[in-house]
Amino acid sequence: MSETAIRAEGIGKHYEITHLARRRHNTLRDSLAAGVRGLLPVWGGGRRSATRETIWAVREVSFEIARGEVVGVIGGNGAGKSTLLKILSRITEPSAGRAEIRGRVGSLLEVGTGFHSELTGRENTYLSGAILGMRHAEIERKFDAIVDFAEVEQFLDTPVKHYSSGMYLRLAFAVAAHLDPEILLVDEVLAVGDVNFQRKCLGKMDDVARAGRTVLFVSHNMDAVRRLCPRSFLLERGRLVADGPTEGIVSRHLARAGGPAGPDAWIDLDTADRSGSREVRFARARYSGEPAALAGQPYAGGALEIELELVAAEARPLDSLAVSLRTPGGTRLVDVDIMEHGQALALTAGPNRVRFRLAAVHLTPGRYTVGLWAGRTSGEAFDYLESAFELELFAAPYGGAARASNGLVTCDFSVTHERAAAPV
Amino acid sequence: MTAPVTVIRPTRGWISLGLGELWAYRELLYFLVWRDVKVRYKQTALGAAWAIIQPFFTMVVFSLFFGRLARMPSDGVPYPVFAFAALVPWTFFATGLTQSSNSLVASQNLLKKVYFPRLAIPIATVLSGGVDFVIAFLVLLGMMAHYDIALGVNALWLPALLLLALVTALGVGFWLAALNVKYRDVRYVVPFLVQFWLFATPIAYPSSLLGEPWRTLYALNPMVGVVEGFRWALLGTATAPGAALAVSAAAALLLLVGGAYYFRRMEKTFADLV
Repeated sequence: MSETAIRAEGIGKHYEITHLARRRHNTLRDSLAAGVRGLLPVWGGGRRSATRETIWAVREVSFEIARGEVVGVIGGNGAGKSTLLKILSRITEPSAGRAEIRGRVGSLLEVGTGFHSELTGRENTYLSGAILGMRHAEIERKFDAIVDFAEVEQFLDTPVKHYSSGMYLRLAFAVAAHLDPEILLVDEVLAVGDVNFQRKCLGKMDDVARAGRTVLFVSHNMDAVRRLCPRSFLLERGRLVADGPTEGIVSRHLARAGGPAGPDAWIDLDTADRSGSREVRFARARYSGEPAALAGQPYAGGALEIELELVAAEARPLDSLAVSLRTPGGTRLVDVDIMEHGQALALTAGPNRVRFRLAAVHLTPGRYTVGLWAGRTSGEAFDYLESAFELELFAAPYGGAARASNGLVTCDFSVTHERAAAPV
Repeated sequence: MTAPVTVIRPTRGWISLGLGELWAYRELLYFLVWRDVKVRYKQTALGAAWAIIQPFFTMVVFSLFFGRLARMPSDGVPYPVFAFAALVPWTFFATGLTQSSNSLVASQNLLKKVYFPRLAIPIATVLSGGVDFVIAFLVLLGMMAHYDIALGVNALWLPALLLLALVTALGVGFWLAALNVKYRDVRYVVPFLVQFWLFATPIAYPSSLLGEPWRTLYALNPMVGVVEGFRWALLGTATAPGAALAVSAAAALLLLVGGAYYFRRMEKTFADLV
């Protein structure tokens, strides 16, 4: 039987924003008078010309979530995802509509809620646990598990202000992760820490989702939403515009948000963030996978081709030209440089085309950032784009791999099995 | 087992104080008090001595200027202990008021990230001042011993009087904390208010300077009841609880209930405005 855990009917939240029109003061007397009024904004404010604007952060959102469902909430910046979560966790009040929540609610809107830097790890575990809604006895029971997960045992009695940021995050997440309410509202908390830690957090979220709890998960990380949530909501400008199986919702969102550009389309790099002398400049780029498979979309373990258009100010040899693949968090996973081959390119003045072919990309499916570098072998940059564009590696179209690897990189492997001799 | 149902909708008009929920979150209240006590004197050189320094030196200054120079009457008890018996509950009140008025702004991280009954924040702040009170009170007992004043049975009234100080501090604290979220002017008002209130309370002088009916009217300031009550309970002055204390208690309750309702009304805007 699917019992309703959350039912929302026409939830809306608006903010009133006051724009103060700047007026010109024609005389010194006007300016002084305005200045004096400015000192007493409560009384003087009424006379200034102000325009009020009502902005709906969330508008007419209705849905039902059954007990045990794990639902992702996606949407661009300012789509109202966080506001919706804040309304459901009762941090802020809706201006319209009504929601009913059946069960104990826990919300995780940031890592380290209620931590106090002067207190020790042990003290903060209790404090943060209590603030997140755990009972004292419950924290006591889970204390060892929390400390184990966070790997901070020997620093338990050190004030957290002396912790490294990694330790701090681990402990903070560990406390939050051991909260087990019937309904969990989670906002982007996974977007912190290094890659390993993010993996660990995702793993924990997996457990939570499998434990039959109702979860509403707001994230920008499409990979995580895909993995954790069978169903998703898409919010756009405060409205719930789509509700259904995650795959469809995610592709709809990516198509609209102009997420990773598709394969085989030239991506203009003129507006990208960059550094360097620009003696050689990246103008545009495009990428593709193994032509036959997945309509040119690159896939995990397959080939990836990246074609670059470089504009050189004058004819010159180029000794170092590199393409890197990074996680969205910025960790460099692959970095191929012509320098490794001792290869120099003789660039002609004006546009040049260079084609990189990565034979087999041993990365797990997901979104990656492509970085570009052209410079001298000494490390002096002509043009360096830490994040030129994004691409998505899909799951391999063959091989029937039922489960994605948990690692960051993949590895070809085989397994043999034989009967062992009976133990002596 | 039926799960608890939470209904979320816009609130209109008067809403309940939510005391039941506050009670359900009493463990959190306990942890917040515990936190405030723990971090109160962290990274200070003198530590908990600060709980004594402030009232003690105020007492010294008052003794010099009012006791010695102005020859202020002190209801027949030595002036220093007369002033200190008033300063101990006063400091509890003044610190509670000052810190609770800033408590919501200081906890804005919590306000924006997690739900719990918001009243817990100013309440915890005021309660955590209890530790300072106990320390200062011990010094007061030491002073009484020094002046050979014995503790009588009237001292049993002290918890009730302290409760009155607590109620007053909470009442004013609720108002100011909620106002401070929207109008940061409050932080400039508070030091002035505390100073003004100090002189409007019989700390440096006895309320016996006033005649009836002014004295009873004067007790509309709840701290009058607290301070004169403390003197009576500890030092045996002729200010036994009577009409004045009843007036003080009524005024304090009014402040508390009004403050709590105002706080609850404003509560929904805290996370957006702070």
